[in-house]
Amino acid sequence: MALSKAHIRRSRTGLAAFGAAWLFFGRVVALFPRSLLRPLLVVEQVYSLGSRTVPLVGFAGLFVGLVMALQLYGVLGRFGATATLGPIVAITLLRELGPVISALLYSGRAGTALASEIGLMRATEQLSAMEMMAVDPVRRIVAPRFAGGVIAVPILASIFSLIGMLGAWLVAVRMMGMYPGVFWGQMHQSVSFWDDFVNGIIKSVVFGLAVNLIAVYEGFTALSTADGVARATTRTVVISSLAVLALDFLLTAFMFQGT
Amino acid sequence: MKEPSSEQEPAIRIRDLVFERGDRAVFEHVDIDIARDRITAIMGPSGTGKTTLLRLITGQLNPNSGDIRVDGLPVQSLRGNELYALRMRMGMLFQNGALLTDLNVFENVAFPLREHTDLSEPLIRTLVLMKLQAVGLRGAAELMPAELSGGMARRVALARAMVMDPEFIFYDEPFTGLDPISLGAIVRLIRRLNRTLGLTTVIVSHDVDIVEHIADVTYLISEGKVVAHGTPDELKENRSKWVQQFMSGLADGPVPFHYPGSDYRNQLLGESG
Repeated sequence: MALSKAHIRRSRTGLAAFGAAWLFFGRVVALFPRSLLRPLLVVEQVYSLGSRTVPLVGFAGLFVGLVMALQLYGVLGRFGATATLGPIVAITLLRELGPVISALLYSGRAGTALASEIGLMRATEQLSAMEMMAVDPVRRIVAPRFAGGVIAVPILASIFSLIGMLGAWLVAVRMMGMYPGVFWGQMHQSVSFWDDFVNGIIKSVVFGLAVNLIAVYEGFTALSTADGVARATTRTVVISSLAVLALDFLLTAFMFQGT
Repeated sequence: MKEPSSEQEPAIRIRDLVFERGDRAVFEHVDIDIARDRITAIMGPSGTGKTTLLRLITGQLNPNSGDIRVDGLPVQSLRGNELYALRMRMGMLFQNGALLTDLNVFENVAFPLREHTDLSEPLIRTLVLMKLQAVGLRGAAELMPAELSGGMARRVALARAMVMDPEFIFYDEPFTGLDPISLGAIVRLIRRLNRTLGLTTVIVSHDVDIVEHIADVTYLISEGKVVAHGTPDELKENRSKWVQQFMSGLADGPVPFHYPGSDYRNQLLGESG
């Protein structure tokens, strides 16, 4: 069958939506420095998006550290290489698990909250009301939330890694009786500030940008119905989780070739 | 029907407005004049796009074609800042109030002042309390929007719409879902604000009885066209069957009670067989 008018119209609106999404992303990112001029609005968001996700991230980090140490202690013991436990845990956490898992948890806890909050503001005409008061909702509502989220994610990732290392210490040193000097000393010697810590932070900044952009976009463009808001939150988790995993592969390939 | 008067330039002038949503034409070549300092009502059955009309006038939507001028300014060709400058002169009351749910009543009313002015805190306080006093809710300043009844929320929203001292005010279904006392309060407020401040007022509503009382001019819209317009008395005397049906609230008439569908008998028989 030939292309019908409906097909053309649909692909045209699809294309327009794609373009509008990128324009929206551009605006939100461009507004980042300006939103820092009203620090109170951003701090509020760092608190509600970041601080309130700390217990979740801390809990997850602790157990990831505990399990990693348990598994590695046995396996490394077979080769007489338990001394490398500290570095392996630290490098894995800093490079991979910290940024990735905390971004995934963040999208589930805070990303959904962000999308549903903005979606509900749209549904209850709060965004229209703001426009009518000559206040740009992207500047007043979206930009501070985005900025707060982007600031929060790397901090969460660092907290995750830190608590994960403490978890590994609990198992290896306190439970299994590993000599603490070996655990910390080896870690100290093998972990590189630039290669491991900074690259991990860069990763989580990229994840933070992606997850928060997806969340505010989904919320801002949500249909003004209960179903529309529900769909926006679901899409936020699904798309941002996949985005984090895909970006992680790209960044890893780029950052850690041969190290 | 008399021609729109050309002696005084209307505050809002709509010419040849066409607006389509998908394949459906919401407005087909609509002309409307909204007089300065008067109360103009836009009436019509639910779903005729009355709210859409307000969004077109305030530049939240763009028409497919036609010309909308507010105080001589072509709304659709204004750029971002110019449009916002025009909107600072407008107030709008949304159907459900549309208060910001994370701010209390006082902060909601203060919101436009904080966003647009550098007024000192004591001055903002005074202005906000004056507006809240005018709508009778000074005592509710510390409440959150979730703690307000529908009527109270609408009055707070009215105080917020008034806080920048606009020249134009738009009411979207202000009478829907209110108890008689709240309704009386809102009607009195709308009239008083119009009379004392000389506000150019546009009310979108389908409440015939109330609109008859307070509107200076009424436009009746149906199926994308202006069916009739004039003063309440002129409309009452209008011979058109449609106008009669709408103004006296008859269930059946030119506007059928039944939504168009296939033949009733055939459908019932067809489905069982």
